[in-house]
Amino acid sequence: MATLLQQLINGLVLGAAIALIALGYTMVYGIIQLINFAHGEVFMVGGFASLATYSYVLPDSWKSDWYLALPLMAVGGALVAVVLAVIMERFAYRPLRNAPRLAPLITALGVSVVLKEAVRLWYPGATAPVPYPRAFVDKQFSVEAFGGRITIGSTALLMIAVSLIGAVVLQTYISRSRMGRAMRATAQDPDTARLMGVNPNRTIVLTFAIGAALAGIAGVLYGIHYTNVDTEVGFLYGIFAFTAAVLGGVGSIKGAVIGGFAIGLIKSLAGQYLPGGTSYDLVWIFILLIVVLVFRPQGLFGEPERVRA
Amino acid sequence: MTALLEVQNLSVAYGAIEAVRDVSFAVEQGQIVSLIGSNGAGKTTTLRTISGLIRPKSGRILFEGKPIGDLAAHSILERGVAHCPEGRRLFGRMTVEENLQLGAYVRKDEGVAKDMERVYELFPVLGQRKQQKAGLFSGGEQQMLAIGRAMMSKPRLLMLDEPSMGLSPIMTQLIFDTIRELQSQGTTILLVEQNALAALALSDRGYVVDLGRTTLEGPGHELLADERVRAAYLGED
Repeated sequence: MATLLQQLINGLVLGAAIALIALGYTMVYGIIQLINFAHGEVFMVGGFASLATYSYVLPDSWKSDWYLALPLMAVGGALVAVVLAVIMERFAYRPLRNAPRLAPLITALGVSVVLKEAVRLWYPGATAPVPYPRAFVDKQFSVEAFGGRITIGSTALLMIAVSLIGAVVLQTYISRSRMGRAMRATAQDPDTARLMGVNPNRTIVLTFAIGAALAGIAGVLYGIHYTNVDTEVGFLYGIFAFTAAVLGGVGSIKGAVIGGFAIGLIKSLAGQYLPGGTSYDLVWIFILLIVVLVFRPQGLFGEPERVRA
Repeated sequence: MTALLEVQNLSVAYGAIEAVRDVSFAVEQGQIVSLIGSNGAGKTTTLRTISGLIRPKSGRILFEGKPIGDLAAHSILERGVAHCPEGRRLFGRMTVEENLQLGAYVRKDEGVAKDMERVYELFPVLGQRKQQKAGLFSGGEQQMLAIGRAMMSKPRLLMLDEPSMGLSPIMTQLIFDTIRELQSQGTTILLVEQNALAALALSDRGYVVDLGRTTLEGPGHELLADERVRAAYLGED
């Protein structure tokens, strides 16, 4: 029982990270129908950028105070991620906006390889996982329960909290604000949105930037929780987050979050309890994806078709 | 006096296909002007070019005497040209209220809430169901919302593309009454219609567009009486 609870907690933490990344996938797909395969790498770059902020920017006297270091690292990670995503949109995707859909998809794969290899080559020591500072927020809360010990770290709590708060803030922004309305309008009918005076480029850039900021913050949280960053995590978490977005229904904020948590939980529970253990945990994730897509191709919370009034 | 909108020798192409070859017309302040003509004559393309969705290949579009042919769609709207597109094109998954708010997207003044009330007064059915999704409304109600949405930007010139398409005769009458009402409140209107009889009866001036060219023009009642127009567009021999 204690093991089960512990695995549920681990699953929720993993799911929270996936959900934060999946939000970016789902928003970008919603507005320009592009699966931005480079989005996972934006998360990875966010992790490295926050580490660089810690190593090269922060004065030494601040490094031991988490309430100084952590927000600045988050800002550093998110900022670099946003700049990267804006450049990516402007130079890789915008020129292809009216091209057949395969062209930007392949471009996204190319961008993803470039980013990963660039970090691996140029970030000092990045050919192997780089240890992440853990001088702060490593407090563990543990309780004796059900004949065992259940532990949850402050980094885990932070990850879950940020992910849920981020999703709620984003959902509110999209459903209530003027720019949120412009984003939804562009997603539903780009030409008519232009007739309302919506500037499509500005709306699309904003969408990329918001997704990247969330991915960058996910990079920081990943680093402090798992205590290292690695150029490989971009691809892996990109696939997880992509799957989460598809599972939840691409374009749906709620779907991305629930899909993210679902994948985190399946991975940790299947790794513990199903035959094959952790070697097969990815298999169960993709089996679930296939089952959902067979019975509900639009995903759990997706819109079945473009409804045009 | 310069016209509010002046289109001179406009031609527009989709790739190699010229949809509009040589269209010229003018809309004077306060008038209702209609473009009539059969399917595929280039009327919709002309409107889409004026509102900046498509770039002209050649020719000039002047609004208040200034060229707008190279401007982005949002800049053209900001200058006061609103376009209520063919097929209504509401945001079906958004509420009535959100559709109207999008219509006022470029406005930064305080009067938006008041203008929204005016749309609800003009079309009470919208006011009663403002929190419902636009996609759930009937064709006529959707057309009301589409016109209301276009009016929310407080345009100097309102372009309406096939507002009577697919509507019952009663609904069509209501929409045409609304157009006349909007004119009397000071909005200039450019109307594209297949329902040539109703459109010309309403119009100060009409232009016949055929195969991408403006071929005939004149005051609405004169065109209505013109034998060529009657033969071609009003189904008379």
